[in-house]
Amino acid sequence: MTRPLSIVVVEKDRDRARMIVDGLREAGAHEVVVIGDEVGLARRIAERNPDIVLIDLASPSRDVLEELTLATAPMERPVAMFVDRTDGGLTRAAIEAGVSAYVVDGLRPERLTPILDAAIARFALLQKMRAELAATRRALEERKVIDRAKGLLMRARNIDEDAAYALLRKTAMAQGRKIADVAQALVTAAELLK
Amino acid sequence: MTETLRLGYIPLIDAAPFFIAQSLGFAEAEGLVLDLRPAPSWSALRDMLAMGAVEAAQMLSPVPVAAALGLGASQARFEALQLLNANGDVIGVSRALAATMRAAGHPFDFADARTAGAALLAAAGARLRIGVPFPFSMHAELVHYWLENLGLPLPAELDIRTVPPPRMTEALAAGEIDAFAVGEPWGSQAVERGVGELLLPGTAIWAFAPEKVLAVRQGWADENEDLAGRLMRAVWHACGWLGAPENRFLVSDLLSGPDRLPIAAEVIDRALSGRMVISAEGEERESANMIVFSGGAATFPWRSQAAWIGAQLARRYGLDPVAAAQSAAEVYRPDLYRRHLRAAGADLPGASAKLEGALTAPTAVASERGQMILPADRFFDCRIFDPDAAGA
Repeated sequence: MTRPLSIVVVEKDRDRARMIVDGLREAGAHEVVVIGDEVGLARRIAERNPDIVLIDLASPSRDVLEELTLATAPMERPVAMFVDRTDGGLTRAAIEAGVSAYVVDGLRPERLTPILDAAIARFALLQKMRAELAATRRALEERKVIDRAKGLLMRARNIDEDAAYALLRKTAMAQGRKIADVAQALVTAAELLK
Repeated sequence: MTETLRLGYIPLIDAAPFFIAQSLGFAEAEGLVLDLRPAPSWSALRDMLAMGAVEAAQMLSPVPVAAALGLGASQARFEALQLLNANGDVIGVSRALAATMRAAGHPFDFADARTAGAALLAAAGARLRIGVPFPFSMHAELVHYWLENLGLPLPAELDIRTVPPPRMTEALAAGEIDAFAVGEPWGSQAVERGVGELLLPGTAIWAFAPEKVLAVRQGWADENEDLAGRLMRAVWHACGWLGAPENRFLVSDLLSGPDRLPIAAEVIDRALSGRMVISAEGEERESANMIVFSGGAATFPWRSQAAWIGAQLARRYGLDPVAAAQSAAEVYRPDLYRRHLRAAGADLPGASAKLEGALTAPTAVASERGQMILPADRFFDCRIFDPDAAGA
């Protein structure tokens, strides 16, 4: 019977952290701890002395983890980024999912792989959700700007809404730009002229 | 034939050579399209390069050296084809520490590393925590070298720790650190937000310090000789353009922007002009060679620079300094610099290694075309580093 692995997840956002932890728990009975605060990150990880640290690839705080790999750190067992040491498929999947894993040297691959698989699945899901949210936000913002531009055109040229939209579309096509960009330029210019 | 190269970078002033190479046609002249990929952290950038997600990257000058010595989380090996710039770091302190230092009579001259060091240690007392961007960075090397060679007792609790630069100001404001060493514009940001004051430019510790390098995976430049040459020439011409004084005002405007550097043109210009604002009260200090892109073989990857970094790291992490200096020197590639940039018009120094710290003023040395002027490269303690006797 092997002892449960100790895993630290570095994640600021509570909802994201919960989803990752749930995913990891499904992969087996492990001790999972979330560190959400970036203050004293290296010290707090070292105190827990985990087998695995998982962190968002896009987090600037990742550089702090580099300290854990140095011999002078309180954590005496050397740490390596797992991606160098395992097969290419898993590595690529992790990078695409946006997760980096730091693993204590000597941890056997058969213990590691299920955890990484679970982490990769969750990070990939979160990344997809984040991308969708960003796309939705952007679409909403664009819609708002286009509405304002239409309003400006309707007043300035005394045309109706459909004609205003047609004018925006025509200009965008003629200039090879997006309608939202043309609308933004118009709104910005109108603000400057106020 | 036009080829696309992916280049990784961190949005800092010293990523400028990539942007200039791309936007002013230096890449195009070599038949290259540069696909510039920003990275969120130095470790992420190193991994992108290691995994082949980019062909080349802007890199902290000690990173290829640390990798050659087996330090750090990655197993990959890298080579530095040339420097992207020298200098560019500043050291700053919290307002509380600055007030104590001023009360004790320190003039904040932004010049004398010895008196600034003594004043800092006196004001800090038993505990001094300094933030640096990465364990393997010129910032970390300069801070260690400076404090350890002052000849003064160090604080019982001296902690030089990694703080990502975007968090540096916040960490200083929150009292997590007492001082920092960062590249511009982050130092100026701490001043702008009123949480810190600038104490020294990096040049006060080492007058000519290799800051960022153009790094590739080990072997890539030899396997892709033609491409490497084209990339190096494009970047080298961009560095030359950046170093020309008449281009300075264009530079800040070309670099400032949401898809370039998210930094106001005025703040970029402070480092380029060497006119630094050191406190929230608006005190200005002039500092020569704040950031150097060209002139005097500025981008030449001296093997002795790598050896110095290797010897420093070895001392700190308990490795053999002689062996470390040797392995370090091998990952800087002056041979490729000579091969690829000679025909582009670069004047080349006669040697590929020099005594680091020996020049107290700009000095003429032998070059392939006769003579060239090398800039001063003195250390604050006037020590001279001989790469052939690195263990000493």
